[in-house]
Amino acid sequence: MAADLSILHEDLTGLFGDKLVSLEQRLGELTVVVRAADMLEVLGRLRDEPKLRFEQMVDLCGMDYLAYGSDVSEAGAYLRDDDAPVDKSMLPFRFAVVYHLLSVAHNARLRVRVFAEEDDFPVLSSVADIWPCANWYEREAFDLFGIVFTGHPDLRRILTDYGFVGNPFRKDFPLSGHVEMRYDPAQQRVVYQPVSIEPREVTPRIVREESYAISKGRNHG
Amino acid sequence: MAEIKNYTINFGPQHPAAHGVLRLVLELDGEVVERADPHIGLLHRATEKLAEHKTFLQSVPYMDRLDYVSMMVNEHAYVMAIEKLAGIEVPVRAQYIRVMFDEITRILNHLLWLGASGIDLGAMTMFFYTFREREDLLDVYEAVSGARMHASYYRPGGVYRDLPDSMSHYQPSKYHNAAAVKKMNENRQGSVLDFLEDFTNRFPKCVDEYETLLTDNRIWKQRTVGIGVVTPERALALGFTGPMLRGSGIAWDLRKKRPYEVYDRMDFDIPVGVEGDCYDRYLVRVEEMRQSNRIIKQCIDWLRNNPGPVMTVDYKFAPPKREAMKQNMEELIHHFKLFTEGMHVPAGEIYSSVEHPKGEFGIYLVSDGANKPYRMKIRAPGFAHLSSLDEMTRGHMIADVVAIIGTQDIVFGEVDR
Repeated sequence: MAADLSILHEDLTGLFGDKLVSLEQRLGELTVVVRAADMLEVLGRLRDEPKLRFEQMVDLCGMDYLAYGSDVSEAGAYLRDDDAPVDKSMLPFRFAVVYHLLSVAHNARLRVRVFAEEDDFPVLSSVADIWPCANWYEREAFDLFGIVFTGHPDLRRILTDYGFVGNPFRKDFPLSGHVEMRYDPAQQRVVYQPVSIEPREVTPRIVREESYAISKGRNHG
Repeated sequence: MAEIKNYTINFGPQHPAAHGVLRLVLELDGEVVERADPHIGLLHRATEKLAEHKTFLQSVPYMDRLDYVSMMVNEHAYVMAIEKLAGIEVPVRAQYIRVMFDEITRILNHLLWLGASGIDLGAMTMFFYTFREREDLLDVYEAVSGARMHASYYRPGGVYRDLPDSMSHYQPSKYHNAAAVKKMNENRQGSVLDFLEDFTNRFPKCVDEYETLLTDNRIWKQRTVGIGVVTPERALALGFTGPMLRGSGIAWDLRKKRPYEVYDRMDFDIPVGVEGDCYDRYLVRVEEMRQSNRIIKQCIDWLRNNPGPVMTVDYKFAPPKREAMKQNMEELIHHFKLFTEGMHVPAGEIYSSVEHPKGEFGIYLVSDGANKPYRMKIRAPGFAHLSSLDEMTRGHMIADVVAIIGTQDIVFGEVDR
C-alpha cells in the first residue's frame, strides 16, 4: 500500500499544488488540509479527476479541538489548557470537519480536513451536491457541534431530541448535559428541569509526554 | 368528485416492522409514497461522547451495544484502531480467532435479518428456522466470553482468552428428560472447535432449507423483485457499502480489497447482485452465509493445529499473567497502572474499518496522548443506508416501505449510536 500512497501523494501535489495547506502521510494514511474557501473546488475535483475518482464519501466527522492535549476538566466538561504541549500551528481554529473519502475504482482512501475559520460561528460549505450521502452527515455535525453548512438542502437537527438546546459534542458541553426529564404526576405530563446529578469523573484524564506509550517490547522480568 | 389531497401518516416509532425505534413521516398519494422523512435519534446514547470520558479499555463493551446483532465485529474495528495507532502486534492465533468470530457474527446477523425480514413480508416460518441455528452460535459466544450477546471478547492486543476445550451441557428439566438431554448433548462432548465443526457441517443443509422456503417462493418474489432498485452509480453516491453495494453489482468487499488480520489467507468468494433490487440483496446475503461457513471451516483447521498465545505481551496495553503479577514487582505495577489509569495511546489519528455484516463499519479515532480518546467517530453503515430511504421508497406502495426497511438491514443501535 505504501507504494500506492506515494503515487497518490504525487498526484495530489501535481493536481492541486498550493491549494493544499498540508499533505501528511502517517500510519499508511494520507491526510490533506484544505482551506474553507477552496473546499468545494478541491473536493469536487477529488471526485471527478480520472486519476483520483473518490466517488464515495465514507464518513464526515465534526471535530472540536478546544481541549486538545489538555487534561483540565470542570463540571464534567473538558476545557482548554494553554500550556498543553501541542503544536498549535497544526490546529489554527477550534472547529473542523474531517472527510473520509474512498475510491472504489483505484482502491484508495484519503482524509481531508477543513477548518471552519470562525470559532464563534463555524460555517463551511455543504458537499451534499458532490456526495448526496453527505446530507445526513452534515445534519449530524450541525446537530452535535453547531457547524453550519451553507447550501445544505435541509439543515435540521437529527440525533438529539425535538426542541433540544445546545450542541452536545462540543468539548465544553458537560457529559451529563443541562436538563433532565421526568414525569410530573401533578401536571400529568413530562417536564424538563435542571440536572440533579453531580458531575463526576472516575478516572481523570491524564496526558503523558510523547514517548510514554512507545513500547519497548518485552522489557519486563 | 371529491378533491384528493396528499395524505401524511406517521409510521413508528413503535412499529414491529420498523426494526427498532424508527419514526417515519410518510407523505402519501393514495397508497403511493411521495416522500419519506425518517426521524432518527430515539436511541441516541452519545456513545462517542461517552468514549471521550472513559479509558480506552472501558469503551470495548459499548461497542457491543452499537449494532447489537453483530457484536464482535464492532469491537473488532475499535480494537484495531487502537492497535494501529499504538503499533501493537497481535498474535496470529488471535487473528484467526477474530476472523472466525467475525464470520460467526456475520452468520448470526444474516440469520436474524433473514428471520426478521421474512416475518415482515409474511414468511413466518423463517423466524423459527433461523433462530434455531442462531442458538448454537450464541452458545459459542457464551462459551468463549460468558455472554450470549454482549461479549466484549476482543481486546487491544488480542482476544480475552483462548478457546475453551469444553462446551456447556443441557441439564434434565421438566421439559426434557434424561434421554432427550443425552441426545441434545451429543455434539457438546468435545471442545468449542468440535462443536463449531459439527455446526459448519450441518449449516449448508440449513441454508438449503431457507432457500427452499424463499428463493422460488411466488409471494416472496412478488414482494422483493423490482422493489427498491438502486443503480451501481447511485449506490456509490449514496454511500452504500456491504451487501447493499454488492447487491447493485459492485464487487467491493474490504476482506478482499483491503485484507485485515488473516483474511488474505482465506479462500472465499464475493457474491454480487445484478438488478440491485431487494431480491438480489437477499440472494447476496444468503450466499454470504455459505461463504462465511467456508471461512469458519478454514479457521477451525488452522486453530486445531497451531496453539499459541492469543494476547500481546506488551504490558503497556495488555495485563500480565496473574501468577507473574503476584510474584513480580514490575508486573504488579503494570497491572495497577493499566486498570487504574488505563493505557496511553500515542497522539495521532487513525481510521480503521472492517467489513461488517451490514457494510463498512469504521472507527475514526483521534488521540492526543491521553488515557482516553480525544474523539471517536463511529462510521455506521446503517446511517448511510437509512438516509437513502426517501430515494429508495419514492413511488413505491406503502407495503414496499416495509420490504425496503427490511432489505437495508437497519439496526438502531448503530444508526443512532
